[in-house]
Amino acid sequence: MEHSSIQSPIVHGAQPDQVAPVTQPRIVLEARNLVKRYGHVTALDGTDFELRAGEILAVIGDNGAGKSTLIKALSGAIIPDSGEIYLDGQRVHFRSPIDARRNGIETVYQDLAVAPAMTIAENLFLGREILRPGWFARLIRWIDKKKMLEEAIADMKDLKIGIRSMTQAVETLSGGQRQGVAVARSAAFARHVVIMDEPTAALGVKEGNMVLELIRRVRDSGLPVIIISHNMPHVFEIADRIHIQRLGKRAAVVNPKTISMSDAVAVMTGAKSAAELSPEALAL
Amino acid sequence: MSEQSDTTQKPRSLLERLPSLTIMGPLVALLLAVVFFSFQSERFLTGQNFSLILQQISVVAVLAIGQTLIILTAGIDLSVGFVMALGTMVMAKFAVELGMPPLLAILCGMAVTTAFGFLNGFLITRFRLPPFIVTLGTMNIAFALTQIYSRAQTVSGLPEAHLFWGNTFRIGETVFTYGVMLMVALYLLVWFFLSETAPGRHLYAVGNNPEAARLMGIPTQRVLLLTYTVAGFFYGIAGWLLISRTSVADPNAGQTENLETITAVVLGGTSLFGGRGVILGTLLGAIIVGVFRNGLTLTGVSSVYQVLITGILVILAVTADQLSKRRS
Repeated sequence: MEHSSIQSPIVHGAQPDQVAPVTQPRIVLEARNLVKRYGHVTALDGTDFELRAGEILAVIGDNGAGKSTLIKALSGAIIPDSGEIYLDGQRVHFRSPIDARRNGIETVYQDLAVAPAMTIAENLFLGREILRPGWFARLIRWIDKKKMLEEAIADMKDLKIGIRSMTQAVETLSGGQRQGVAVARSAAFARHVVIMDEPTAALGVKEGNMVLELIRRVRDSGLPVIIISHNMPHVFEIADRIHIQRLGKRAAVVNPKTISMSDAVAVMTGAKSAAELSPEALAL
Repeated sequence: MSEQSDTTQKPRSLLERLPSLTIMGPLVALLLAVVFFSFQSERFLTGQNFSLILQQISVVAVLAIGQTLIILTAGIDLSVGFVMALGTMVMAKFAVELGMPPLLAILCGMAVTTAFGFLNGFLITRFRLPPFIVTLGTMNIAFALTQIYSRAQTVSGLPEAHLFWGNTFRIGETVFTYGVMLMVALYLLVWFFLSETAPGRHLYAVGNNPEAARLMGIPTQRVLLLTYTVAGFFYGIAGWLLISRTSVADPNAGQTENLETITAVVLGGTSLFGGRGVILGTLLGAIIVGVFRNGLTLTGVSSVYQVLITGILVILAVTADQLSKRRS
């Protein structure tokens, strides 16, 4: 069965990588030696990070391991004290989440950054509404509701999350459907990377699976995905590689197909070091 | 496979149609009041009386445009009427005592009310102060400035331009003032702005979920600052309407209008929690207050009971708002 990709006129995104299968896919987003201190607390202690084209990379780590700080640095929510971030090989400096978005990195936030009283179509285009043509419409910033509705329908068509009308308020949706709207929004606008912070945390089993399926579709449409999660079964089900963060550093990058869940947790908590793992469990 | 997730669909519930319900509630209340008073007094249901009601509410209704914009951002403005009073005093005294050209004096008055709106917005966004407290402060400041500047004296003998909106025209047998037309035009303009332009939608988003709006790249602080400033501009227009109606600048004006604007907004179905409501609902809310006041006067009920009934209506409207919020 074919995977349906998210087809939209506004996806200008990366195409699935064309590199020959022997070589590793190219690196899309990379961080080197990131440091971030809050007073006496060192949240990031020289961590590295690599996201490759066409993959779902999970970031796991114990509380305080620095995984949220790492993700915030990559999505522009914080500015690291030192270290470098490269997007498609180019050095970037994000000063705000909006900055990162302009560079094609979209983030789906854990607390669902949607306006519940507004419609699905409005939420999809919030902050980047489509305007009607003509100088007068530009001047008064007259929005093109019809076009936004059409594009919203196109964006959501392939997600199969059972939303009947794009003009219904987001608050009428279930938690999973709301998450679907947030995922669709980032997939439609992202050009390079989609970051998802605990996308299944607030959801039941069925809805969690629906969102996992959505994340796969985003990956299959050609966008690499970073996902932060505490849910080990979900991580092992969906990730192509797993970045394990520990004590502000990258402890290991492992392959979920060849490492056991208990070994991954052992590295995460420090019970095992990366050197003790079998070589085929590593995925760097 | 393509049908798999359709089972998660819910039928369109009553809740989904809430936006239309919020405007239906006040409309039904208004119709019931109109029917009731028509039976009580034969003078009620006439074109002339209808025109009179619109004249009586025009000042409150225009003030309430500013109040609606602010409440949509989950704020509140308690300085409304007092800022307007200061504006009318500037318009009157600049023209009558300083001999300024009338239109320039009016613009100065509107500049003062706009500046007060800006001050409210500045204090709220810059120092993160609660709107309730900030506008309680500026309410007292505006009141005191009005009394000091006017020495508590009413200013009369206003030039023609100041009274412009009191001019009338006829539709059939019924006489309308220009002021009523201005009120309707302003409502249509703001309705268009709120529902059809990007800044209008951003105002709703800021009131509905400020954090989401910020993450989506909307400059929330600038939206708030602009909202309070524009509201101040509407208070200036309302001031001009007021002196057109009364032909004087009264230092004690605007005191009852202050809370009546909030009454009109709440009766019109706009949520005090922000992000929900329609501007035309506020016009309906103002008309409801006007109809009750006018109808009760015609039926010879003491004005104390008018206040009583207005109070009950407000409590009912706020309760409906709270209940609908709890359901969602």
